[in-house]
Amino acid sequence: MNLKTFAGGLHPPDGKHYSAHCPIESCPLPDELIIPLSQHIGAPAAACVAVGDQVKKGQVIADAKGFVSVPIHASTSGEVIAVEPRLHPMGKALPAVVIRPDGEDCWDASLQGADPANLSVDELKDRIRAAGIVGMGGATFPTHVKLSPPEEKKIDTLIINGVECEPFLTADHRLMLEQSERLLDGIEILRKVLGIERTVIGIEANKPDAIEKLTQEGAARNIEVQALEVKYPQGAEKQLIDALTGRQVPSGTLPMEVGVVVQNVGTAAAVSDAIRHGHPLVERVATVTGPGVHAPKNLLIRIGTPLRHMVEQCGGLNGDPAKIIMGGPMMGQTQLSLDIPAIRGTSGLLIFRREDLPTRLEAGPCIRCGRCIGVCPIHLQPTTIAAYARLDMIDEAEGYHALDCIECGCCTYICPATLPLVQSIRHAKGGIMAKKRTI
Amino acid sequence: MLAAVLSLGGIGLVAAAALGVAAKKFAVEVDPREAAILEILPGANCGACGLPGCSGYAKGVVDGSIAPNLCTPGGSDTVEKIAHILGVEAITAEPKVAVVFCQGDNSKATEKYRYLGLQDCNAAQKIADGPKSCPGGCLGLGTCERVCPFGAIEITAEGLAVISREKCTGCEKCVGVCPRKVIRMAPLEATTHVLCNSHDKGALVRKYCQVGCIACTICKKNAPEAYQIENFLAEVIYEKHSEAAGVLEKCPTKCIRDFTTGYPEGSSFAPPTVPVTPAQND
Repeated sequence: MNLKTFAGGLHPPDGKHYSAHCPIESCPLPDELIIPLSQHIGAPAAACVAVGDQVKKGQVIADAKGFVSVPIHASTSGEVIAVEPRLHPMGKALPAVVIRPDGEDCWDASLQGADPANLSVDELKDRIRAAGIVGMGGATFPTHVKLSPPEEKKIDTLIINGVECEPFLTADHRLMLEQSERLLDGIEILRKVLGIERTVIGIEANKPDAIEKLTQEGAARNIEVQALEVKYPQGAEKQLIDALTGRQVPSGTLPMEVGVVVQNVGTAAAVSDAIRHGHPLVERVATVTGPGVHAPKNLLIRIGTPLRHMVEQCGGLNGDPAKIIMGGPMMGQTQLSLDIPAIRGTSGLLIFRREDLPTRLEAGPCIRCGRCIGVCPIHLQPTTIAAYARLDMIDEAEGYHALDCIECGCCTYICPATLPLVQSIRHAKGGIMAKKRTI
Repeated sequence: MLAAVLSLGGIGLVAAAALGVAAKKFAVEVDPREAAILEILPGANCGACGLPGCSGYAKGVVDGSIAPNLCTPGGSDTVEKIAHILGVEAITAEPKVAVVFCQGDNSKATEKYRYLGLQDCNAAQKIADGPKSCPGGCLGLGTCERVCPFGAIEITAEGLAVISREKCTGCEKCVGVCPRKVIRMAPLEATTHVLCNSHDKGALVRKYCQVGCIACTICKKNAPEAYQIENFLAEVIYEKHSEAAGVLEKCPTKCIRDFTTGYPEGSSFAPPTVPVTPAQND
């Protein structure tokens, strides 16, 4: 079978067997929910509750600041016991609202659902923004911004990202299998907002059950499902557009440039909840997996649940954890502790023991093998950019299009000299952006 | 043969005449003082004056767009010579030296994670605010060492930056690149410093560093004129630095160091001779 894909990429061991068969399980309330105020790309929200306040589930606890920002909501009802900096998945203490659940889990009565057919496009967008919906694939870009392309950009295709190319993660897979109704309803709302018909769901061929189910159910709603070759990073926005439409997003522009909007399956499902029930984004599906936990699971968690609580629901730790990763193993962030809370972008929690990790050799000199160039899905020269970054030659790194790097990690993964290529490129990107700000 | 000699010679003469005229007509007037000042400057193009290089600074000094006492690497000598050339009075700044306010190398301070990435402090700082548990301690990845134009900084085997008081000219390049602001300027004549940059409370500092300041205030009690404690960190009051060395023995964590007794452990620099004279680059 000739499946669609992009040029470049690689095949890391996928590790999905740990949790792919586990139905989504609801995670009980923890003793304390730590809800950070920066959970999305853009300006952090500003807290609007104080210590001692009683809050209801879904109540706004922090207001959005600026257009590229969204409000943050209480994930359950209870008492605000602290508004202070807490350890954030970024690795530093950042402002957060801490809630002690009262166990009632009672929704804010003012939240009202509506039939999307009776709402105008602007009303729909306002509701999506008020519900705090962001890209659930992990990048957490505010959804309402993606749904508001400038007048002159003509959008003709909505792509729904069900690829889940990151190894180990199975949250989107389970969501597509178990909650397809929610997902398809969300897609119809997104279609209405964008005013377009053509919709393609892209799914990697390693999820045949999800492909079959959505193909059947989507046909009635004129939603196409496309199987894609199993390859990392097939789910990266620009690679997915290339594979499905053959269009290449020009350097330095957004997908809207080629008439496409991409949304994750989790985002579409959250949009359905926001409109039909008025429920803001207070929970999500996350995969807790890896050889370091006893019973890997796909959990429906509240935003702000401490990672430790999630692990306890999965039978606890299996041995000493040596590496804790939030997100997938390729692009996820290594965490300092299990006391850090899960946030809106937490698609997974991976735990590895010392014996599961490869022995990492000291980084050696580049041997000019060119493997990083072969796997780069953007067709950059990672080793060249990294060399310039090490020498702080920022202009030269920019000349080699460092800013187009999507930080997928393929080059670092494949490098036989174990050079920290992505980190070097990120260092160059930071330098380029700093220079642009001063000019 | 003759025709060839004549024609080539003729072309030569015409070209020479043209060049001669052009040299006179398009001559660029260079202020002789500018050349003289450029001669005096150290020529390190370090940028301490705020301009990219020494020739730019010489030009700026002559046309009056920049003050004549900004060449810190040159020291008071250079300032006096420049003042002499310009015919103004020399206002020399107090000579300064860069100091790394940390002694917590990898054997004395703990790390919150194992860092295997790019050997650059600014890159490491972006990952969860750097691998050191201490928020202010030296990361020891050598970013300052690489920018120092005078080879005055070394990184010890245990990962701590140490600055030579003899070689440092006070150009402040290292101060600008350090992501943790652990390098600061101090008067050259002061040799006693509190080598700690953590504003955390004492109990927390003790958890991650054997040689951090715990703000116990013993130094301030014994030499109230010479020390101040701000935000859980002791500091030498440099106007009264001569009284600071007296309490060295009393400091429980030995975070106060008198450089005349040597550099922090692991440094290959010879202990500074007393009195220390400003670095000269001839």
